[in-house]
Amino acid sequence: MIAVVDYGVGNLFSLASSLSAIGAETVVTGDADVIRSADKILLPGVGAFEDAAKKLRESGLADVVCEEAKKGKPLLGICLGMQLLFEKSYEFGEFEGLGLIRGAVRPIEDVIPADLKIPHIGWNALRFQKKSALFRHIQDGDFVYFVHSFYAADCEESVIATSEYGAELTAAVASGNVYGCQFHPEKSGPVGLAILRAFVEM
Amino acid sequence: MITKRIIPCLDVKDGRVVKGVNFLGLADVSSPVKLAKFYSDGGADELVFYDITASAEGRALFTDILTEVARTIFIPLTVGGGINSVADFDRVLKCGADKVSVNSGAIRNPALITEAAKKYGSQCVVISADVKRVDGVFRVFAKGGRENTGMEAISWIRHCVDLGAGEVVLNSIDTDGVKKGFDLEMLDRVSSVVNVPVIASGGAGCMEDFTELFRTLPRVDAGLAASIFHFGEVDICDLKEKLARDGINVRRTAR
Repeated sequence: MIAVVDYGVGNLFSLASSLSAIGAETVVTGDADVIRSADKILLPGVGAFEDAAKKLRESGLADVVCEEAKKGKPLLGICLGMQLLFEKSYEFGEFEGLGLIRGAVRPIEDVIPADLKIPHIGWNALRFQKKSALFRHIQDGDFVYFVHSFYAADCEESVIATSEYGAELTAAVASGNVYGCQFHPEKSGPVGLAILRAFVEM
Repeated sequence: MITKRIIPCLDVKDGRVVKGVNFLGLADVSSPVKLAKFYSDGGADELVFYDITASAEGRALFTDILTEVARTIFIPLTVGGGINSVADFDRVLKCGADKVSVNSGAIRNPALITEAAKKYGSQCVVISADVKRVDGVFRVFAKGGRENTGMEAISWIRHCVDLGAGEVVLNSIDTDGVKKGFDLEMLDRVSSVVNVPVIASGGAGCMEDFTELFRTLPRVDAGLAASIFHFGEVDICDLKEKLARDGINVRRTAR
């Protein structure tokens, strides 16, 4: 069973629908015991880092997610959920993340040419940087859907894919059993579903 | 690099797709769910649903249909039509929409844009503008293009982006339905004053029109059309192959 962590951030309808479309048994939950008993954990997130990190901590679920990940349970963070896996974020200040992956979240505008639009929104190609179980059903160059204004930096050792948008932006990361996608697999058509399927099969 | 997006647009009334739909091999062409799947499987990068229902009961039906569509397709979904309040945003987002498009609602109450952007993020708020030349000036029209608001369009659209809109759908009333190409002059003016994605709407008649759009105006991010897709005059997979041959970066999918 996959636990989709519900900590009061964003709409989890599409994510739950996409998991159900690939036949994965899914529960959307804010219950610590349910998360502990799940085989895998999916950490979603939209909105601002500060607010999401605060809600995740105040709900007590930050500790649960970290404990389970440290025990070796597969964890996948999506979009802001991926950014939360890092040590800190510089989104409108400086805020602590879960620290499961080394690195920091920084504004895209620091690294891309000024004439490119922000957010980085739309379909972009994945450039594989490392072989990963997450990509076992897809190919280098496949397109996925992004919406973000901040990106994961200082995390070279865990980057498994990038996307080119005036700079090589971190698109996906892996560190042991902890995975993250900056893009939205639940909005990336068959390619996105194939990524979720690979995670479910881990 | 980010790809140019191709977006079919569906008008839905009382839970059924209306106006000009003519597909081979689709028995129930007015089912929004079947059409959404047809387009999603056929390579569309995004879908736009406009609710042109007048009654509250129709609205409730649309909400049910939207939930079913969002459960079936896994590409971004934009919903517009009758969005007048944050409660309306809430209603369609809970059904699985990713973006909400406002038009008349924002003309009546521009603060709606800011309110919604603060609550859901700018990426979620799309300003849709129906624009027409009147005595050589671009004017904003309301109520589905029937009423001239008297507002100058370029400054209005820029104002909406300043208020928090994260994307612009520019529908040229002058070229809409004419099928002789997008309104490049109008699109050029708008895309040079905003720094958010601009979606061209109105006027696409053939595949070449999309090539011309993206070649002439590299700052335009997407092309939206309805009837040429609905009537099967342009197949999205064919269109993407042509655009790729013409050197335009598009997302190509397996047929």
